[in-house]
Amino acid sequence: MHRFANPARFLRLSAVLLPWFAWATALLTAIGLYYALFASPADYQQGETVRIMYVHVPAAWMGLFVYTNMAIASAVALIWKHPLADVAAKASAPIGAAFTFLCLVTGALWGKPMWGTWWAWDARLTSMLILLFLYLGHMALVNAFDDPTRGAKAAAILALAGFINVPVIKWSVDWWNTLHQPASVTRVGLPAIDPSMLVPLLLMAVAFTTYFGTVLLLRIRSEIAAQKLRNIRMAQVRSAGHARSAA
Amino acid sequence: MEQISAFFEMGGYAGFVWPSYVLTAVVMVALLVLSLREMRSNESQLRALEGNRPRGAARRAAARAAEETTEAGQ
Amino acid sequence: MTRKTRRLYFVTLGMLALGAAAVLVLTAMSDKLVYFYSPSDLQTQHITEDRRFRLGGLVEEGSVEREGQTTRFRVTDTVHTVSVAYTGILPDLFREGQGVVTEGRLGADGTFQAVSVLAKHDENYMPKEVADSLKKTGQWKPEDQ
Repeated sequence: MHRFANPARFLRLSAVLLPWFAWATALLTAIGLYYALFASPADYQQGETVRIMYVHVPAAWMGLFVYTNMAIASAVALIWKHPLADVAAKASAPIGAAFTFLCLVTGALWGKPMWGTWWAWDARLTSMLILLFLYLGHMALVNAFDDPTRGAKAAAILALAGFINVPVIKWSVDWWNTLHQPASVTRVGLPAIDPSMLVPLLLMAVAFTTYFGTVLLLRIRSEIAAQKLRNIRMAQVRSAGHARSAA
Repeated sequence: MEQISAFFEMGGYAGFVWPSYVLTAVVMVALLVLSLREMRSNESQLRALEGNRPRGAARRAAARAAEETTEAGQ
Repeated sequence: MTRKTRRLYFVTLGMLALGAAAVLVLTAMSDKLVYFYSPSDLQTQHITEDRRFRLGGLVEEGSVEREGQTTRFRVTDTVHTVSVAYTGILPDLFREGQGVVTEGRLGADGTFQAVSVLAKHDENYMPKEVADSLKKTGQWKPEDQ
């Protein structure tokens, strides 16, 4: 772990990985969209609205996946003080927030024609909305302090405490009766989705994952540069102050 | 032609299916572009600052020299 | 004990305590967290006539009757059944044998007077041809839904 926690090593590694992630995202999105919009059938009950699933479900999975990563990074930052862990958590939050937002909006666009409502305060939908607020809270808290290390620490504690919400979202549909239907893919036994619909769903899910990889690498690089900029400017201010006090 | 218009109609659910895809595309592209722009701006600012700044011993010597000149100026 | 180990214990204990608290709170609030009651729940939950609540289950096969704007149907969880009356537009997915969540009040005659009807679909997704052939070959198991 320590080997990758070194920012200089990370920058070299990311320079190698970034083009692979970017090209994989472009290719997988193209194939995934072809299957999602053209080469897959309509559902026997839900008709063409089933195509909303191919963006809604990957967005929901990514909302949970990114948050889990962020919580792990926050734990590593709090316990082992790795220099890159705070940076990774800070870089993840806006991406996770975007996925969660997309999940909620596409869910509303699917719920209106099928369920008959844009929104319902059931356990699944409400816990997903809380996830969005956790992301937004994290983004606000990171920048709420003059001292960036204090902001990072407060945000890491929020990320860890909020992780309780992740299993609640996952199993809300099994623990309580909800308007939202139970899991189709990650259930005991075979997925309840016909292979012709599972293919576009999984393709889009992998495309969303490589997209996350691409944007995460970009944002971590950006944050490393921003931290160096802050340090240089602080040093300049200090040496200028020193020069003034000496005079 | 009929097939094309049937495709865009999405079985009467065009008003729900297409906005889902368009919004997803807009948000994901916007996040990518904003992240890329921020990274380029940060890295170019850093290059500009690091270019002006002598490193290590040379920097300390320069800082001392700067202090001496300000003291001398007073 | 090094500072790292101490921090590791601290974070682990904190997460365990928080998890336990969450389990307690969610268990205590379980009644409030259900989105609807099933017809069987109505036997045990003493619900007064003026209380508004949601009732969910499957629309019983062959129970749907329409008189103008008003639809009458029965909601079942295969054990108990409740009659429902609703005036208004039904969602596209409202079908006999499919899930439904209705909101309203229980009338004096035991009929649930619904003010809203939402469709609840199951987790199965397949093309029409696959569903038809499953039904034809007798592999269709509605209780799996």
